[in-house]
Amino acid sequence: MKAFRILSRNIRDSFKSVFRNFSLSLASISCITITLIVVAVAIILSINVTNFTKIVERDVTIVAFLDVDITEEEKDDVYDQIIALDNIEMSNVEFIDKMEISKDMMASSDVFNSIMGEWTREESPIQDTYQIKVTDINLINKTAEEIKDIENVEIVKYGEGMVEQLVSVFDAVRKGTYVVVIALILVTAFLIANTIKITIMSRKREIEIMRLVGASNINIKIPFIFEGLILGMLGSVIPIVITLYGYTAIYDHFGGQLFTNFIQLVEPTPFIYYTSLALLLIGMIVGMIGSSRAVKKYLKI
Amino acid sequence: MDLIKIRDVKKTYKTGTTAIYDLDLNIKKGEFVFIIGSTGCGKSTLIKMLYREEKPSSGKILVGGLDVGKIKNRKVYKLRRKIGVVFQNYQLLPNETAYENVAFALEVLGLPKDEIHAKVMKVLDLVGLKNKAKQYPRHLSGGEQQRVAIARAIVNGPKILICDEPTGNLDPKTSMEIMEVLEAINELGTTIIMVTHDINIVKKMKKRVVLLDSGRVVRDYKEGEYK
Ligand SMILES: Nc1ncnc2c1ncn2[C@@H]1O[C@H](COP(=O)(O)OP(=O)(O)OP(=O)(O)O)[C@@H](O)[C@H]1O
Ligand SMILES: [Mg+2]
Repeated sequence: MKAFRILSRNIRDSFKSVFRNFSLSLASISCITITLIVVAVAIILSINVTNFTKIVERDVTIVAFLDVDITEEEKDDVYDQIIALDNIEMSNVEFIDKMEISKDMMASSDVFNSIMGEWTREESPIQDTYQIKVTDINLINKTAEEIKDIENVEIVKYGEGMVEQLVSVFDAVRKGTYVVVIALILVTAFLIANTIKITIMSRKREIEIMRLVGASNINIKIPFIFEGLILGMLGSVIPIVITLYGYTAIYDHFGGQLFTNFIQLVEPTPFIYYTSLALLLIGMIVGMIGSSRAVKKYLKI
Repeated sequence: MDLIKIRDVKKTYKTGTTAIYDLDLNIKKGEFVFIIGSTGCGKSTLIKMLYREEKPSSGKILVGGLDVGKIKNRKVYKLRRKIGVVFQNYQLLPNETAYENVAFALEVLGLPKDEIHAKVMKVLDLVGLKNKAKQYPRHLSGGEQQRVAIARAIVNGPKILICDEPTGNLDPKTSMEIMEVLEAINELGTTIIMVTHDINIVKKMKKRVVLLDSGRVVRDYKEGEYK
């Protein structure tokens, strides 16, 4: 009951203070707002890039073409050697029979149908293949080389060059955004600490009197921490609105994909809600850390 | 029965200035003690150590059995609740009324509203300001502001009231009115330690007087001895 009375008084004081020192509060709020906008962009970018990478990883397949005159025994041999490689899981290797391939091709066109319909298994120039997905896309080049070295494997294809480049660009973008986000959060906490320090300077007397009449340190700190929390929440409003409406607009504008249907954007729902929540939390935490750092100075003797 | 015991206390500030040397002093419960001495002799330093605004560099200070020098920063508030402090410049919150300024001291302790109201009205009555409860400090005279500050200092019933030149900004007549308030508080059982430069007040009050010089007690006059 006592703690509750103190708490409710603290919350009341925090709100009072935010509005009483409105110009200073506005400085802190703008500072949080700007950071959170950049953080929002960074989150959206990095989640999308992660998504691109996943799509690429899911879709990139190594196709190993086998010699035309390969025997059943040799096929099994090749299979065993493929699954023995480091970067490959057994479940990700699929054998595609050449007759199946011709059937698919025949179904797709009358011309193929008339030519290929005559071919027997022995006559067919089409090759049996293994379709292989790798575990780590970054090692795809090495794995492809290893598969190529297996006896009775004739050619290996996987869209080489393009895949590696894409993956490494995505990786760089993602790492870059992490660095930016962390740096921004630290800088903002520091800036807010300084802004709130100015607010607190004007309330130095109040803190001194609180100490004098026997308020405990925690008791003195709580209103300022609440104040930081309120500033953080107010600062996250605009970034959240931008995320909610901006991302949806971009998504709709591009029809959900960037340049090619290969690069799919993340669906707005529920993604924008999670991102908004993250922004709100970051704003609140940064506000609280900033203000509790700022008030600390006045609580020492 | 000594409420305050000061043993061999020395205070050297970070700047290297030593403000208090080898000081011994005992103050009994219910006493009214003036601390006088020329500027810079260490009066404020001495009383700041009592409410733990400063720590002694060596020696020991006991306030109501508490070793003040050993209290952790986090726990200082417990001492502060036993001691009321009044300053020359009143230290009131300008945007709060007289009532709110006094109530502030109880709100931070988390007392219920009706209890706060009863206590605040009682002390405002004691200092003679019941009819000015809703006034802001800027609408009060210096003497009235000091009464508010005194009311705030005693509202939670501290054992000790420390005053650092409470009449320093007031004319002789107003000063004597403040002294009457303090005497009334003392008669209700609160121990009062008051730093002052006003020799006329000291002579009129006929209380114990401790004379400091360069950080040392040079005379300790019993009640009525100082003339
Ligand atoms: N915070 C401080 N840091 C460094 N030196 C200080 C500090 N406070 C006081 N002093 C020094 O300690 C000495 C005693 O100061 P103090 O304030 O106790 O004097 P005082 O007797 O209260 O003087 P006055 O009558 O002018 O108020 C002075 O030399 C002063 O300069
Ligand atoms: Mg002084």
